[in-house]
Amino acid sequence: MADAGGISDAAAVERTLAGEREAYRVLVERHSAYVYRVAYRMTGNSHDAEEVVQEAFLRAYQKLQQFAGNANFGTWVYRIAANYAIDRLRQKKNEDARREVASRAAEDESEIDPLEKLKDTAPSPERLAGNAQLARKMKEALDALTPAERTAIVMRHWDGCGIEEIAAVLKSNSSAAKNTVFRAVQKLRQALKPFAEGRGAAKAVGTEL
Amino acid sequence: MKHTTEEELFAYREGEMKKRETIAAHLQECGECREELERIEEVFRALNAMPAPDPGAEYGAKVWRQIANRLPEHRSDRHPERGANWWSAWFAPRRLLAVGVAVVLLALAFYAGRRTSPKPDGGEIADAGKIRERVLLVAVGEHLGKSEMILMELSNAQPAEGGKKLINISTAQKRAEDLVEENRLYRQTALEGGDNAIANTLDELQRVLLDVANSPAEVTPAQFESIQKRITAQGILLKVRVVRQELRAESEGKKTEPARNDSAAKARNKV
Repeated sequence: MADAGGISDAAAVERTLAGEREAYRVLVERHSAYVYRVAYRMTGNSHDAEEVVQEAFLRAYQKLQQFAGNANFGTWVYRIAANYAIDRLRQKKNEDARREVASRAAEDESEIDPLEKLKDTAPSPERLAGNAQLARKMKEALDALTPAERTAIVMRHWDGCGIEEIAAVLKSNSSAAKNTVFRAVQKLRQALKPFAEGRGAAKAVGTEL
Repeated sequence: MKHTTEEELFAYREGEMKKRETIAAHLQECGECREELERIEEVFRALNAMPAPDPGAEYGAKVWRQIANRLPEHRSDRHPERGANWWSAWFAPRRLLAVGVAVVLLALAFYAGRRTSPKPDGGEIADAGKIRERVLLVAVGEHLGKSEMILMELSNAQPAEGGKKLINISTAQKRAEDLVEENRLYRQTALEGGDNAIANTLDELQRVLLDVANSPAEVTPAQFESIQKRITAQGILLKVRVVRQELRAESEGKKTEPARNDSAAKARNKV
């Protein structure tokens, strides 16, 4: 850590703006891992997360003049990453929807047994036992949220952001943002219900340790 | 009162003030709604259990390599006055505290990340990690101590006689406001470090602190009493004390693993 040992974020911003490009390196090296974790939770995979991180730091650099200094750099680059991630999620959802329409049209032509399709997706108590399965189920449930819902729950729960902050990223008002967080929780809860009930049933018959 | 809705319970959990007293009173009497609230908590605990992979200690350097040649140089033609304002904003006392905490935490999180990533020459790093972990334990312990103090002061204070005079809680409120920010950062670090038991307590503490911070500066004795009730209803003081004691024991190097595991296991069993 030859870089970050010395100067503060504020000094690094100041020096970058004064024309010292290397000073920005301190900020990138210091905040990348944190931005990555946020990006990963929002996009759900490391490939997209890495792209979000790069883009966030590029955009932050371009906008550095606008950085008012009344926020800290970490929070600021976090918001830029969240803004970019939500745009990406929206774009991806649209593409997925288009692809799904196309593949459904193709499926209609070749008749596939609908039971075959269900086999891999229907949850069973065996498949849902244990933490790894819970995490997988949660990942699926997060993937099924709308981009706004996913952004809202990630910002609220993991990063403890205020409703106003979430509303700014969602470009909505605070009561709409509050509703979005609630809707996300409601959907996650619905998705996890089979898991919770499965455990409850196991406890009831004494099969769980 | 009829049962609370899912939305009301969620808003209550989020620290919303609307209908807070009514819901709190109902929860004390109604086991069904308490269970419903517990089921909502399950969702958050399941979220806590979701890991985000650690990109590794060299990740920052990698990002820099990826973007360095795409950065044009900033021209150094900035207005000098702007620089002055800029610095004074950073040195405003409250900002300075939050920034200081954030910097310490980021450094700690970074070292914790290094400590947990497998390294062939891990001995030295593990030592550095341990020291920093201890620093964090002490910091969180102090934070809990400060929170405990405010909550104790509030819950032990006598409401004014006659029930008419307004009570000024602006001092406690300001302190709670400052602690909210700190609490948010510590909770985040605990989550990232996988310490879900501490994260959950900090989560509950956050709601109580927000409650105090969002109250009016002057409250009627009735409002004051309801704040006190909310503090006691959540049993947060006890939880804060328990975690604080565990942290103190741990930072002093005592073996407290079994106790920690117990509380974590209890929290998990609730799921």
